[in-house]
Amino acid sequence: MTPLNKVVSHVIPLLEDNIDTDQLLPKQFLTEISRVGFGKHLLHDRRYLDQHESVPNPDCVLNQQAYQSASILITGKNFGCGSSREHAPWAIADFGISVIIGKGFADIFYANCLNNQILPIVLPDEVINTLALRARQTPDAQVTVDLSVQTVSFDSSVITFSIPEHHRANLLNGVDKIGRTLQEHDRIKAYEVQNNI
Amino acid sequence: MGRTLYDKLWDKHYIGDVDGDGLLYIDRHLIHEVTSPQAFDGLNQYGRRVRRPDLTIATMDHSISTRSTSLDACGPKNALQLKTLVENCKQHGIVLYPVGDANQGIVHVMGPELGLIHPGMTVVCGDSHTATHGALGTLAFGIGTSDVEHVLASQTIRQSKAKNMRVVFSGKPGAGVVAKDLILALIGKIGHAGGTGYVIEYSGDTLSHLSVEGRMTICNMSIEAGAKAGLIVPDDITLAYLKGKPFAPKGEAWEASCLAYNALFSDTDAVFDEEVHIDVSRLAPQVTWGTNPGQVAGIDEAIPSPESFGDALMTASAKKALAYMDLAEGTAFSDIPISHVFIGSCTNSRIEDLRAAADIARKGHVAKGVKAIVVPGSVKVREQAETEGLDEVFKTAGFEWRLPGCSMCLGMNDDVLHEGDRCASTSNRNFEGRQGRGSRTHLVSPAMAAGAAIAGHFVDVRTF
Repeated sequence: MTPLNKVVSHVIPLLEDNIDTDQLLPKQFLTEISRVGFGKHLLHDRRYLDQHESVPNPDCVLNQQAYQSASILITGKNFGCGSSREHAPWAIADFGISVIIGKGFADIFYANCLNNQILPIVLPDEVINTLALRARQTPDAQVTVDLSVQTVSFDSSVITFSIPEHHRANLLNGVDKIGRTLQEHDRIKAYEVQNNI
Repeated sequence: MGRTLYDKLWDKHYIGDVDGDGLLYIDRHLIHEVTSPQAFDGLNQYGRRVRRPDLTIATMDHSISTRSTSLDACGPKNALQLKTLVENCKQHGIVLYPVGDANQGIVHVMGPELGLIHPGMTVVCGDSHTATHGALGTLAFGIGTSDVEHVLASQTIRQSKAKNMRVVFSGKPGAGVVAKDLILALIGKIGHAGGTGYVIEYSGDTLSHLSVEGRMTICNMSIEAGAKAGLIVPDDITLAYLKGKPFAPKGEAWEASCLAYNALFSDTDAVFDEEVHIDVSRLAPQVTWGTNPGQVAGIDEAIPSPESFGDALMTASAKKALAYMDLAEGTAFSDIPISHVFIGSCTNSRIEDLRAAADIARKGHVAKGVKAIVVPGSVKVREQAETEGLDEVFKTAGFEWRLPGCSMCLGMNDDVLHEGDRCASTSNRNFEGRQGRGSRTHLVSPAMAAGAAIAGHFVDVRTF
């Protein structure tokens, strides 16, 4: 896993509540059997005017030139709710986004982000509203997210965010969590023996 | 201090701390074709094996046809995904119930009906509706594919502990009011994200009126309130359900297991972080009008005014939802014509669901211009329904009688809606585009869906 530390980028304003994973990546793309290539389908229904993805919707923020290559997404409450499909965070990562700043995240989606080196940050509503407005008014305005000191900085503001320490460490170090857990083989084995499993 | 059932299940499966996460042992891992291929790929890439194939069970449900048992029926991509599951299960020694097998079915229907899910277990699956199994007193929750890979490799999962919420249902539901109405009413009350960060324990005297099937419907939709899991303390109804099922403990093992099952409850002095009470004695059948399951009302109410919510964000959300649903405030549900009916999904495709729908189907014929399909949750449910003659009831009434699968709940096969279609659906999500781009979904109970099919619009099944 590639370590995640500091991200400096302009931001994509997608300030809506309850953007579910069905919207982030509709079902017709779930038949793929690899993890790559989902970025072009991200938010398909609102991003394209046709099913074949040949007519981009100019109203969709992901299609607007000013926001291309941004790696930070701003959104509302309950982001990533619904289906557990990890294809949604795969699409987000493939699109180039590594930080999502929102008013709240659904539990499974939050875990899926951490497993894909995407940093989900919860900030107060007023800060999110400010960041989204700023991104709409000045699309190239930069934001710095520094995971090592847990801050989001823009203009003269420095906002501290919280993240459980072990999640922070895993992201900073790009830990292979499965490999790490497998080092606990003896404890797992002991549990199985003790419980006759 | 007393412990909740969730606390006890957590403690029982807690192996230890790994870098700040709780490491929990997983007793049953259910897998299917959609969220497992990348997990097996990951295993193979690192040369890892499946630690406990004997605790892992696979079936096919999401991307299969409901008209044919051919894996190729829904095109090459679906076929490749299904065949990949066959290969992966063969390579790693995992039992698979493929299309055509007598045990095949929607993963959350198949597992309990085979007796694979026992009270006190931890159960995971790469599917958000895994909370269904909590109806048997398990800690069951959905996970992403990276965690599927983690469980395959280690038979454990790394978790942070959730908070405890207790939902108390009181009163006996009136005739025509069922588990689906209870859970929709709860989500309407606490909101689409009201359970985020919690495991919900459902309790109260109402549960004594509900079968395990009904309880599964309730636990199934815990995720639609944002909860990690939903569970119910096992009782005599649970044990009677499990006893004699193919993979249930037998003989002396059954007696010993019952002692353990009966020890699964929340202590009287257990503290819940949140409590919600709902009196269901006067509850009406529920219909969703919006684009999340919390946007719901009784059949005897009208489409609400967005302004009635008081909160600016909820008002904005309701306005957006009504625009997408092409509905005007004040409209009676009986004035909303529908074009499609879907009876099925892991929420409502069990035998009692089909019986309830068939009871209404006997009263008439599917309205002109309405396409109605019935998709049983498993081969066993389908066979039972056919033994009872329900298939003939449905077919005579103009419903299509299909093969088991997830079908139109998410439309990964050819059971999809098109732009502007309006569906009365017994599934679990009314999200924008969920059943097909531009389609409109109203979530209802099986009887309410059957009633809508016959009337061509929503009806109150209590007086139908």
